[in-house]
Amino acid sequence: MQSKMKESDPILEVHNLFASTDNLPILKGVSINVYPGEIHAIMGRNGCGKSTLSKIIAGHPSYNITNGEIKFSGEKISSLEPEERAQAGIFLGFQYPIEIPGVSNLEFLRVSTNARRKFLNKEELDTFDFEELVKEKLELVKMDQAFLTRSVNQGFSGGEKKRNEILQMALLEPKIAILDETDSGLDIDALRIVASGIKKISNAQTGIILITHYQRLLDEIKPNYVHVMADGQIIKTGGSDLALELEKKGYEWTDNFVKET
Amino acid sequence: MANENLVKDVVREKEPYKYGFVTDIETEKIAKGLNEDIVKLISKKKGEPNFLLNFRLKAFKKWQKMKEPNWAEIGYQKIDYQDIIYYSAPKQKEKLSSLDEVDPKLLETFDKLGIPLTEQKKLTNVAVDAVFDSVSIATTFREELAEHGVIFCSISEAVKNHPDLIEKYLGTVVPASDNYFAALNSAVFSDGSFVYIPKGVTCPMDLSSYFRINSGDSGQFERTLIIAEESSSVSYLEGCTAPMFDTNTLHAAVVELIALDDASIKYSTVQNWYAGNEKGVGGIFNFVTKRGKCLGKRSKISWSQVETGSAITWKYPSCLLLGEESVGEFYSVALTNNLQQADTGTKMIHIGPKTKSTIVSKGISAGNSINSYRGLVKMGTKAAGSRNYSQCDSMLIGDQASANTFPYIKSQQPNSEIEHEASTCRISEDQLFYLQSRGIEFEEAISMMVSGFCRDVFNQLPMEFAAEADKLLSLKLEGSVG
Repeated sequence: MQSKMKESDPILEVHNLFASTDNLPILKGVSINVYPGEIHAIMGRNGCGKSTLSKIIAGHPSYNITNGEIKFSGEKISSLEPEERAQAGIFLGFQYPIEIPGVSNLEFLRVSTNARRKFLNKEELDTFDFEELVKEKLELVKMDQAFLTRSVNQGFSGGEKKRNEILQMALLEPKIAILDETDSGLDIDALRIVASGIKKISNAQTGIILITHYQRLLDEIKPNYVHVMADGQIIKTGGSDLALELEKKGYEWTDNFVKET
Repeated sequence: MANENLVKDVVREKEPYKYGFVTDIETEKIAKGLNEDIVKLISKKKGEPNFLLNFRLKAFKKWQKMKEPNWAEIGYQKIDYQDIIYYSAPKQKEKLSSLDEVDPKLLETFDKLGIPLTEQKKLTNVAVDAVFDSVSIATTFREELAEHGVIFCSISEAVKNHPDLIEKYLGTVVPASDNYFAALNSAVFSDGSFVYIPKGVTCPMDLSSYFRINSGDSGQFERTLIIAEESSSVSYLEGCTAPMFDTNTLHAAVVELIALDDASIKYSTVQNWYAGNEKGVGGIFNFVTKRGKCLGKRSKISWSQVETGSAITWKYPSCLLLGEESVGEFYSVALTNNLQQADTGTKMIHIGPKTKSTIVSKGISAGNSINSYRGLVKMGTKAAGSRNYSQCDSMLIGDQASANTFPYIKSQQPNSEIEHEASTCRISEDQLFYLQSRGIEFEEAISMMVSGFCRDVFNQLPMEFAAEADKLLSLKLEGSVG
């Protein structure tokens, strides 16, 4: 697909990936390369394997890779623990962020940020310095400081949870962010806030994969590539126009595609 | 590998128990076994007055007629009471006039345990009574405390120097006939701590006892008595460790607290007796009776405990709320791992009117352990306007551990309120993955969630103690000794 020569090396290379959970094959040969500065969108019906792909890249233990490989910054990552991947700069924005009762959001964000900073050989931040940093990042997602004293995601509304995800992305400054249906459950205003946050965090060095069902997020963040997934495979790849066409014609339109390999 | 399996690996302690060393010291031990002569011998060794010998003998007679309780959710090999040494003391001069005379090996032992006793190194804001096997070997800050009229010494010394107080209060909260282990303790107790806070005095520093079992074949039977006179207050801390032996050691202690009008006693425990190995071999059998009597009006007794050690824990720190408007509190974290068994909780007995009690219990079970909360809230006929609030939460780590909650509620007073909330949760794979995907190490993720779960209780502990407790829990789960 991405045949034209790139000036830099890809951040993420997924090559002919097959994966299963409980012996049930979910991914059946997925390939995707993300270069610095690129935004990719992955679309497809529920159950097509989009979320699985994102979890496997982040290292979720419930999935087994049966064939193929994933490289991050040129290195194979299949033997790395999820925390090692995160420290190295892989970020997964959860479709359903998890509630962690009793653990304060501030402390969680601080420990997480410091784990990444340690990897980057940056000084770890104490509570006071971290509060300064986090205040600045809260602006990006228009979150109130009161969020910090609450337990992680506990009692957060859907929109608040998603903004908390983007806040984490802002703090961790990942090299690649995979955002799994970050737009779902957001009203128009919240969607704009989240989208503008993502745009501000990303730059020419970072790669982004947006997993979404809807065009409306892609109106805010224009992707370089759109991939359509069905039954564990990428069945079509195109530019941002592909998403518009998909929006118009529906997924039924893609049912007729044959895998293009 | 699925995370569930990883959890099991992690909670299996990888590092040996940090306090598991044995101090090589010459000890004076009496022969194994228990009979009337042994009870008399212990009393004689301690040069006790007659009233105390009689107290012991009566208790022994009662104990002989009693049966070991079997209602708790624990299972263990029958204890052979004739195979235990009931008195074991490091050989040294009868009573030392200063710390300099304490055997350096003993000082070194407590140094290693993080409880330095010498004048130069002693903790600055806590007075410590250090108990080694059957005897108290040193108490720090005695003079400073004496200036405030506070008595803090071993119970043996108190028997000698303040027999009137001992005779007046000993056994008034936990009578010898209370239960099997209390009767045993009353017959053979060898040492423990004594605290007396005079009227109107706020104890100028925290008081603390550190109990160390060193011998493998002797039981530890200490007895603690704390009396807080009118309008006085004290915060008392207790810590316990023992070496690793592949046999089980019996620990049967009794703690009695008495609070008069407007007095308050805060009693905090971090129990880290050796728990046995991952196959359940060895470890302390911890059968303890702790009870406080809120005798005075508006008196308050607050128990907080962090129970992480022992092969078996059987303890129910309780409050008898007699005084009008008196307050009882129980805050507990009990963590069990591997094959540990804990049956712990409290009894809040509301006798006086307008009395109030709060129970917050957090049980964490990992490995193949069993962790039960057992608690009684009772409203007597005169307890009009009394209130209780109980919250019992259990957390399961892995899929082999079990947690139980046994709340008993008895009310004879319609004009009283009892509120009970309970919950059980499991650390889920999704929660772990979420934290890990944010760069947080697997073990740290577990310990963060466990700390979060225990927050309500840690908030009740004295500050340094809370930090210690938090560390101890992570250590127990991580196995990475810091």
